[in-house]
Amino acid sequence: MSPAMIELGSVTKSFGTHQVLKGITASVERGEVVCLIGPSGSGKSTILRCINGLEAYDGGLVHIDGVKVDRDASSIVGIRTSMAMVFQRFNLFPHRTALENVVEGPIYVKKEPAAEATARGRDLLARVGLAAKIDAYPAQLSGGQMQRVAIARALAMQPKAILFDEPTSALDPELVGEVLEVMKSLAEEGMTMLVVTHEMGFAREVADRVLFLDQGVIVEEGSARELLSAPRNPRTQDFLRRVLRPI
Amino acid sequence: MQNFMRDAAQFMPLLLQGLKFTILVTAGSLLLSSLLGLVWALMRVSGIAWLAMIAKLVVNTLRGIPILVQLFYLYFVMPEFGLRLTALEAAILGLGIAYSAYQSENFRAGIEAVDHGQIEAAQSIGMGWGLMMRRVVLPQAIKIILPPYGNIMIMMLKDSSQASTITVAELTLQGSLIASSTFKNMTVYTLVALLYLSMSLPLIAFVGWLERRFGKGTKR
Repeated sequence: MSPAMIELGSVTKSFGTHQVLKGITASVERGEVVCLIGPSGSGKSTILRCINGLEAYDGGLVHIDGVKVDRDASSIVGIRTSMAMVFQRFNLFPHRTALENVVEGPIYVKKEPAAEATARGRDLLARVGLAAKIDAYPAQLSGGQMQRVAIARALAMQPKAILFDEPTSALDPELVGEVLEVMKSLAEEGMTMLVVTHEMGFAREVADRVLFLDQGVIVEEGSARELLSAPRNPRTQDFLRRVLRPI
Repeated sequence: MQNFMRDAAQFMPLLLQGLKFTILVTAGSLLLSSLLGLVWALMRVSGIAWLAMIAKLVVNTLRGIPILVQLFYLYFVMPEFGLRLTALEAAILGLGIAYSAYQSENFRAGIEAVDHGQIEAAQSIGMGWGLMMRRVVLPQAIKIILPPYGNIMIMMLKDSSQASTITVAELTLQGSLIASSTFKNMTVYTLVALLYLSMSLPLIAFVGWLERRFGKGTKR
């Protein structure tokens, strides 16, 4: 049996004296869409950041397609290019156009021929609905457009999986839909995705599995329908009640 | 006024000779201080503790000693250790090294002002430290660095007059030589002041142009 795309085994992580992850064991299979939900400060983002080595973990193991994630090993570059990340605040390069943002990694990190990378970059921007914005700078784009450029930038790396860190949390409500739409189409094409999100509708509709995280522990996990409609753990029930009916 | 014009015509060739050295000293030390300053700044932000420590020590030492004393040291003391420099070399080297400390602090401030998310985005597409600095951080830091850099350029142009203390016959020294032999203080120092101004104003315009050039993409 081939190894899981993303495999976490008893991962622990502390910031100073505060333990953020208290032994996380989870996996994401090839082509699977997994949503990570939970209150803020529960460690969701930290999990993503340990997966692509933006953050070092203290204990346990993180494996990507059978390769151990180690920030100090040379394999980290390969892991980072294969685990693309989409950030809450987009983090587009403000001094480069949409197209330049998308082709930056392929040309300068993966050393692809510029013509080839540019052609693919144009296709990817067209695919996220931004064919007309190829030469726009990030400051000239709306939040939703910026996030779609960021998704195109992630896709341009031809990753094995994409990690989404609250991709719609910084968006105005009316712009959330266009980003979720793009993510949904990726999921339908079989992209492996690990998504930290507060969009329960998206999780219910698109995710294969949902993990509920609270205070550094995975409290409950299950199929999206099951966990979101009939949570068993009282903490999950309480969280969902607050998210779905905030007032 | 007629007298002024006649004297000016007479003094100008000598002053222009001085101007030549002023430009040489300024350009040379500006280049050297920028390169060295960038090296110190990159050492400071390298994340390697001992490199950062060395850079910090160098910068604080250079900032803590008057530029004049550093010039005297290079020109008058170093020969005792076998390093014999011409006055011009000592001036360029001395001002270049002394000013690298101020350049470095400006560069570091610019680099550290770049949003941390940019660094994470660069890392997440697999960029190493060098590539990230070159393609992501420095191009954005330049915008922040430029206005104070313009200040430093103008200060260096004016501080090149300190080279006169180690016998470089630059503009100020030429002027004071002419003034003390002709007693035409007003004419001479007016000309000297105008010549400095005629160099700083284009320099200020140049920095303004650079700011517009590197500001692209950030405004709506």
